[in-house]
Amino acid sequence: MTAVTGLQGAEKGAELAPQEYVVTRADLVRYTGASGDRNPIHWSERVATSVGLPGVIAHGMYTMALVARALDTWAGGPGRVVEVGCKFTKPVVVPDDDEGVTVRVSGTVSSVEDDRVAVTLDVRCGDEKVLGMPKAVLRIPAGD
Amino acid sequence: MAVDESLAGRTFPPTDPYLVTEERIAEFAAATGGSWEGGPAPATFPIVVAFAAMTGLMEDPSVGISLHNVIHGEQRFTYHRPVVAGDRLSAELTVDSLRQIGGADIIGTRSEITDSDGTPVVTARAVLVHR
Repeated sequence: MTAVTGLQGAEKGAELAPQEYVVTRADLVRYTGASGDRNPIHWSERVATSVGLPGVIAHGMYTMALVARALDTWAGGPGRVVEVGCKFTKPVVVPDDDEGVTVRVSGTVSSVEDDRVAVTLDVRCGDEKVLGMPKAVLRIPAGD
Repeated sequence: MAVDESLAGRTFPPTDPYLVTEERIAEFAAATGGSWEGGPAPATFPIVVAFAAMTGLMEDPSVGISLHNVIHGEQRFTYHRPVVAGDRLSAELTVDSLRQIGGADIIGTRSEITDSDGTPVVTARAVLVHR
């Protein structure tokens, strides 16, 4: 099945066009300021490795924010997410370089009921799934 | 050390009202690589308010949580309406569930985020794993 770009008229089983986002250390520093989550594992290699992490990792909520961006893209605009949730299962390790790391968000329509579209997500860094059971419900306004 | 079992069911005082401004929304959107052109805030923006409520729980000396041993295990948002600039949001956290698995406390929290009229805006559920 060809991936569809929008949710309007999408049926159960439709695959949504995957979205890719690059995450760099600079992004994590900005997110630390914007979110108020100042845990040093998101900016200090020394602290991250001292607690057994492979390196500086993205905030789980950063990865979830990327999911929200993909949902807005599929829904055709912001403010249409009714529910979104996931488990934080694997860290996204962000190297100290300019290239950063790429997070890929894919989605499949799992049900359509009136104006509500449920989406099952698949969020990966390389081949590894980084979120557990990510899913969302979107509201598609009539005539959209 | 395990947290006290009496934590389950406890509701904490609401957080101080947080004024959502266009600047803060734009800053949040930019920090996650996006852009904001007016309208609703990014869907995960309410974590700013929910995080304040969770910090209140974790820093409460009567709870017995050591901040550095907490991992964010799960997060879920249910939106009653989108968040917009001008909202004055406050979060009231309740500990919905508490169980111990393999020496870790699994703390299920629910933060009800309301506007200045007390109308529900977002329900933010987080599972905190405390080792």
